[in-house]
Amino acid sequence: MTTLTGTLGAHALAATVAAGSVNIVPAAGALRLSWLLIAFPIFGAAVLLLGGRRTNVWGHLLGTAMPIASFVYGVIAFFTLLGDTDRSQDQHLFSWIPVAGFQVNVGLLTDQLSISFVLLITGVGSLIHIYSIGYMAHDAERRRFFGYLNLFIAAMLLLVLADNYLVLYVGWEGVGLASYLLIGFWQQRPSAAVAAKKAFIVNRVGDAGLSLAIMLMFSEFGTTSFTGVFGTVGQSGSGVTTALGLLLLLGACGKSAQVPLQSWLLDAMEGPTPVSALIHAATMVTAGVYLLVRSNPILALSPTARLGITVVGAVTLLWGAIIGCAKDDIKKALAGSTMSQIGYMTLGAGLGPAGYVFAIAHLLAHGFFKAGLFLGAGSVMHGMNDETDMRRYGALWRVMPITYGTFGLGYLAIIGIPPFSGFFTKDGLIEAAWDKGGTSGAILATCALLGAGITAFYMTRVMLMTWWGKARWTPAEAGESPGGAAHAPEPHPHESPGTMTIPMILLAVGSVGAGAFLIIGQRFENFLGPVTGVPPTAHGWLTFPGIVALVLVLAGVGLAWMMYGRVPVPATAPKGRFLVVAARKDLYGDAINESVLMRPGQWLTRLSVYFDNRGVDGLVNTLAAAVGGTSGRVRKTENGFVRSYALSMFVGAAALVTLLLVVRL
Amino acid sequence: MSPVHYVALSAILFVIGAVGVLVRRNAIVIFMCVELMLNACNLAFVAFASMHGNLDGQVIAFFVMVVAAAEVVVGLAILMAIYRARRSASVDDANLLKY
Repeated sequence: MTTLTGTLGAHALAATVAAGSVNIVPAAGALRLSWLLIAFPIFGAAVLLLGGRRTNVWGHLLGTAMPIASFVYGVIAFFTLLGDTDRSQDQHLFSWIPVAGFQVNVGLLTDQLSISFVLLITGVGSLIHIYSIGYMAHDAERRRFFGYLNLFIAAMLLLVLADNYLVLYVGWEGVGLASYLLIGFWQQRPSAAVAAKKAFIVNRVGDAGLSLAIMLMFSEFGTTSFTGVFGTVGQSGSGVTTALGLLLLLGACGKSAQVPLQSWLLDAMEGPTPVSALIHAATMVTAGVYLLVRSNPILALSPTARLGITVVGAVTLLWGAIIGCAKDDIKKALAGSTMSQIGYMTLGAGLGPAGYVFAIAHLLAHGFFKAGLFLGAGSVMHGMNDETDMRRYGALWRVMPITYGTFGLGYLAIIGIPPFSGFFTKDGLIEAAWDKGGTSGAILATCALLGAGITAFYMTRVMLMTWWGKARWTPAEAGESPGGAAHAPEPHPHESPGTMTIPMILLAVGSVGAGAFLIIGQRFENFLGPVTGVPPTAHGWLTFPGIVALVLVLAGVGLAWMMYGRVPVPATAPKGRFLVVAARKDLYGDAINESVLMRPGQWLTRLSVYFDNRGVDGLVNTLAAAVGGTSGRVRKTENGFVRSYALSMFVGAAALVTLLLVVRL
Repeated sequence: MSPVHYVALSAILFVIGAVGVLVRRNAIVIFMCVELMLNACNLAFVAFASMHGNLDGQVIAFFVMVVAAAEVVVGLAILMAIYRARRSASVDDANLLKY
């Protein structure tokens, strides 16, 4: 592969973007082995899934070793990149589709963006693997679980390392498959099977968008490689770039659970808790943000697409936050929070270079604290007989001090209290929205600020209901909680084993320090700059939107304390008013899908069936019946009597003669 | 005698033959009626040939006789076969070729 120059940053933002171009060079040195990153987890998945029961004894250890090996290699690759002047290295592996006029090479692009994701995926992924050893210890299918986890990691790595859209799409679909397998891991539960199917089908809608975008790229540019597409996208019209941007947005909406394709995320909580952590922190939902940021040269050319992305992001961040406020299930409250935080990242991805950096920084920081929060929730469930209803928790801080501590640090990080990591990254996103200027900037910043306040409210609510207050450890009634394992008479909460607490502690360290490490001194901006463009304005501290955000966060915390800390939490959910009822039903996301898409679809099929039965079949059947009936009647004239034949011949001949005479005359 | 009489006689004989074919059941009688129709035609041919003073019609009359003879040979053979099989020469009995 020759050295290609892709114009990044591009025309629409040329005034604000200082950086111009990126050199992508063939990989050298340690990066020549970048395929190892994917090979490790693929190998693990293959051994565990094909090896069968023989691998039961040591399968989970192999499954955990593989992402750790990838992580170690990722760290080596990261430092190789840091020490290198050419930080975008392309490793050509083989030709996949060598057809005249359409070349697809499988290659791995290691640059600042992909290596950031590699470290997040393998790092957080490894911790989740270690955690799963303890969490899934009593599950008979633990080996299969680790096989799927490895498959998930491998697919996600392929997605972020691909150097063209078609290979990215392979990873994209692999992620969809792995999420389907893992969400439906306990497939004996109907709800889990349905949730897996729902996630898969909703993702198909997004996948259609991405595949259409890839087809459009091929027809317009004749190539799907990043360098090829980004190099020629500047010459195409605004219609093409806008269509590409919106199709990519549709793809991102599906994977990242953005409105209007958000409905699968809350149901996906049916999977085991480590899966939720993996989906929400390291893989899956981050894929959409990655796709948008990776496609930044396309987005740079289309203000319409960028506007669409910001609108989707702003709507989703409020949507998810409102849902998070009303859920009593701890995992669903956290899932609403993920939707909301990914909304922030999508919002950032629509804001140009300023937003890209903070979107990715927030994604990395979010990876730490959300994984920590989910693992903490899993640890609580582990100690509480798989109870997920927060109304049956309370006062757990005494019995689970380590989980409490790590969960608490994750809580401080997500609501954005300085100096925890969420403060730095989320503040940056809010400020980037504010800096956009104009009416749209003001509206977006207002949404983001409101979202920050609501985030503080629902996370404080989770904290208060789970850890403080009075103990409400009454067991669920039989049949009330489908996930409840063997409804024990009385839960005895206890701290989780070391394999579970150590990953949580490491993630808590990330929750505390990641944001400050990335943002202070523009470290991440400078690192990511060559790929996404350098933000136009330097990031200030405690500017107007930052102060407003802090005030709103404190207000949210205070409000939550008024409602759930000062007064005891009732064991059964109060009825609630309109908004609460709506939020408990995921803001009627399913109802909207049903009434807008499912019902009309069913009507359409019924109408088609009716038309086919009555219209098409009716016409054909009528014709056949008419011919058959006429034949049946005409057949009666063939009676076998010679004299009747003779008579008909005679009449015919006479008629013929008469006719001739008449014509002659 | 003018040719009109011959043609009239020919027409009468033809109609008698045709009616015979249509109303009789016995195959032999039907055969005879067919012969009658053929010979009515012969009469008309010969009458017109005499009227026009050329031999064309007379030649055709010979042809018709040959055809009639050949037809009788084949027809009577079939009739014999049917009679032997069914002990009946009625055409209404031989009505299997239907529907």
